[in-house]
Amino acid sequence: MWEQSIRDKAYERRLFRARAIVAAVLVITALFVLAWRMTYLQVTLHEKYQDLSENNRIQIRPIAPNRGLIYDRNGILLAENIPAYSLTIVPEKVDDLDETLAFLKDLVGISDRDLEQFDKRSSYRRRPYEPIVLRQRLSEEEIAAVMVNRFYLPGVDVQAQLIRHYPHGDAFAHVLGYVGRINQRDQERLERDDENKRRYSATSHIGKTGIERRYEELLHGEVGYERVETNARGRLLRTLQREHPAPGTDLTLHLDSRLQLLAAELLEGRRGAVVAIEVETGGILTLYSNPGFDPNAFVTGISFDDYEALTTSLDKPLFDRATRGIYPPASTLKPFVGLAALEAGSTSWNYKVLDPGWFQLDNDERYYRDWKREGHGIVDLEMAIVESCDTYFYDVAVRTGIDGITPFLGQFGFGRDMSIDVISAVSGILPDREWKRTTGRGPWYPGDTVNLGIGQGFMAVTPLQLATATAVLANKGKWEVPRLLAAENDVTTEFPHGDIPDITLTNDSDWDHMFTAMDHVITGTHGTARALRTNLDFPIAGKTGTAQVVGIEQDAEYDSEALQERLRDHAWFMAFSPIDKPQIAIAVIVENGESAGRTAAPIAQAIINKYLGGAEG
Amino acid sequence: MASTDFSRTVSTPAQHHTFERSGAFFAKLHIDLILFLLLCALMVTGLSILYSGSGQEMSMVKRQAIHFGIGMVLLFIAAQIPPRVYQLVAPWALGAGTLLLVGVLVAGVGAKGAQRWLDLPGPLPRFQPSELVKLALPLAVAWFMAKRPVPPRFRDLLAALLIIMLPTILILKQPDLGTSILISTSGLLVLFFAGMSWLLIFSMITIVAAMAPVMWFFVMHGYQKQRVLTFLNPESDPLGSGWNIIQSKTAIGSGGIHGKGYLQGTQSQLEFLPESHTDFIIAVLAEEHGLIGVCLLLLLYALIILRCLYISSRCETLFGRLLSGSMSVTFFIYVFVNIGMVSGILPVVGVPLPLVSYGGTSVVSLLLGFGLIMSMYTHRQRK
Repeated sequence: MWEQSIRDKAYERRLFRARAIVAAVLVITALFVLAWRMTYLQVTLHEKYQDLSENNRIQIRPIAPNRGLIYDRNGILLAENIPAYSLTIVPEKVDDLDETLAFLKDLVGISDRDLEQFDKRSSYRRRPYEPIVLRQRLSEEEIAAVMVNRFYLPGVDVQAQLIRHYPHGDAFAHVLGYVGRINQRDQERLERDDENKRRYSATSHIGKTGIERRYEELLHGEVGYERVETNARGRLLRTLQREHPAPGTDLTLHLDSRLQLLAAELLEGRRGAVVAIEVETGGILTLYSNPGFDPNAFVTGISFDDYEALTTSLDKPLFDRATRGIYPPASTLKPFVGLAALEAGSTSWNYKVLDPGWFQLDNDERYYRDWKREGHGIVDLEMAIVESCDTYFYDVAVRTGIDGITPFLGQFGFGRDMSIDVISAVSGILPDREWKRTTGRGPWYPGDTVNLGIGQGFMAVTPLQLATATAVLANKGKWEVPRLLAAENDVTTEFPHGDIPDITLTNDSDWDHMFTAMDHVITGTHGTARALRTNLDFPIAGKTGTAQVVGIEQDAEYDSEALQERLRDHAWFMAFSPIDKPQIAIAVIVENGESAGRTAAPIAQAIINKYLGGAEG
Repeated sequence: MASTDFSRTVSTPAQHHTFERSGAFFAKLHIDLILFLLLCALMVTGLSILYSGSGQEMSMVKRQAIHFGIGMVLLFIAAQIPPRVYQLVAPWALGAGTLLLVGVLVAGVGAKGAQRWLDLPGPLPRFQPSELVKLALPLAVAWFMAKRPVPPRFRDLLAALLIIMLPTILILKQPDLGTSILISTSGLLVLFFAGMSWLLIFSMITIVAAMAPVMWFFVMHGYQKQRVLTFLNPESDPLGSGWNIIQSKTAIGSGGIHGKGYLQGTQSQLEFLPESHTDFIIAVLAEEHGLIGVCLLLLLYALIILRCLYISSRCETLFGRLLSGSMSVTFFIYVFVNIGMVSGILPVVGVPLPLVSYGGTSVVSLLLGFGLIMSMYTHRQRK
């Protein structure tokens, strides 16, 4: 029994030892498995993980370049970059996003639109721990409120950045345009090109309209980079290497802010446009459409209500009348039609027409009325310009014929966009037989030519086109295409002249003769712009125009008074000055201004006086 | 190996005398000097890695040192208690533990959809009954098997399996898959050391393997399946549940052979590595000390486990041998599961690296376990 017990005990021990040795072997094998695994990771795959670890630690961050500034011709800043503070959130660091947003809403006020934008931006592809803008343009008080409560707001930060600012606001809204946040569509467009994708990798805003869009390439600048070491939460620990961004090109425009602001002031309360061009260079001095809007509102994102107010306003403030508004040129076309007739030989300075107050085509009973019911009597070309006699031009237009008039007018840029860098400019309409047929309006009738003679009917021009034609007229047919950009980083911009042929007349003295006639529009006793005589600092050659308003829909929502006002004729004035050596050409339209001589002409004169007066003294 | 005494082979004759004397002194204190020294070396190593892994927070290192202190006191006390006391307590401890597990399911508290804690009344801390069962189950199974003939009969094995299964199922219900597997393994290891036949062992392995698909569809919870899926393909969700394993592998791999230097690990120090002071602490060592550091740590663990197995085989009682053999290998399984998980050969289960990861409960229960092993080895029955 005892012996049995001893033997059992010995057997037990032996059995246990055998099992312990098996266990030890298994343990050692398993340890070798671990060591093998570690060797695989640390030796075989070392380089791969080395790279991964470096990529974790080191981030290449693009740095946005500062956008180029925009100056007027006198060095006055039109578009600048000012520091602004925005509220940002890193969602990864926020425990309860809804709670944080509710808290911030009480603290600094977050609009529904801000939240909507925030949601949209959150849904875009982004790096982890990249902050998302929640609200822009924090005031000093709001910054302080956020900073004081920072402890309760993990992941919330106030970031300083430069944002675009237009110090003159409305006055340059259309011509300069504005920058806005890069939206999904911009993003898709940029990403189509690898080079652009790289250049815009840190950029938040892009030119949306006007000069900002036209010269986006120049203004943007070159992106910079920094290699930074960050921790897992994206906090910057140190900058290892930095390649500075190259700021965008500073642009100097031909625009003269004195004239632009004056135009804005003079058109106050009206709808209309002013375009002034430096005759010698084609540089655009003024490009103004009224009413304007505040472009700064678009930089940080305009609220839906404000935007709706702009788009539904009867005055269409977002519409650039100067470059996109097309109006019948009316009587302002007469100097050009007159030259066309002279060139065609269908009139001369001595040719006279009897104006009984109306005109009739052969074999046609229809009366084409002169604006003066009783007629101008016996009229020659000069008098027809001075008094704006319609009958005279009905007559010469018909005798010159559409095939003679249209090509000649075309040389002045009508029916085409001649501008180099006015992004929004449209072509207007220069009608001819082919145009009428291809647009489905039927064959060309002699009556169409009659109407064209006084700039009515199908003909339509933008204020920019009329100003351009006036500048070419003032320059005696020598073309300088209209342009906005004068210099890049103070280096004068040379535009290729292009292949636009200068206009030569068979009889060169016709220019001077026409200038004299246009002089008499102002200085003559019966001149349609004789109201300008009282204020005549500089000799002005000009021409009035009264465009009939057609095609306003009889909308019941308009109250009758407003409707009445909007049915009045548009008032045109085109002019250049001084006459002997023209420096400035101008076109002014005042919608529903009725009397061109009393509404449009004084605006043109004030701008001419400011320009020439300022230049001389 | 069975006849080799480490204390004699590693010491020169000159040192022999003093070493032997101090060995004898420690024997009176019921402490195995070699195991004690190895554990001290592991703890010192652990503290130094923890300093780096905690983001150089000295306060955390101090708290861990306090955990070690408490654990050593418990180890010392546990070593003084003779094995027969444990043998007496064993069934009652498992009974109590099982009741508490039922209590957890009925009135337990927890987090993330799992009930693991029991709120004790008054000032007592929260209590996790599964920690008690970790010790109680091998104790109870060893107690049961030690009274039966060796090698065990089939019906005894079946009875032991029932003892193992009851707490396992209760923990599985919490649900805590990892702990239930580890606890049942510690019970099964007792059967292994008791001499369960190889045929039965392989049959069981086959059955378990066949059960795996059943487990997947009927037993495992969504988050557990997610862990397994992430383990199979961590890149499928690099910022979500795959983040941990990608970052730990990056930390390990980027360490290379020599490592980036102490406190120089960018993955650890720049917070890319999650849980760098607890479950993923081995990645800190691997990144900063490289393959060499890892191998030295593995060697240290190997020495501890081999010493444990050696002294297990030298225990006087069958109960002692079964208990300490099972606990030694369970200790190794913790090491293997943790390092396997961090290095991406096992799915992510919340198992700390023994005596290196930060955490009071784990440290205290591990050192208590070593106290039990020392008790089994050092107490001689005098009849």
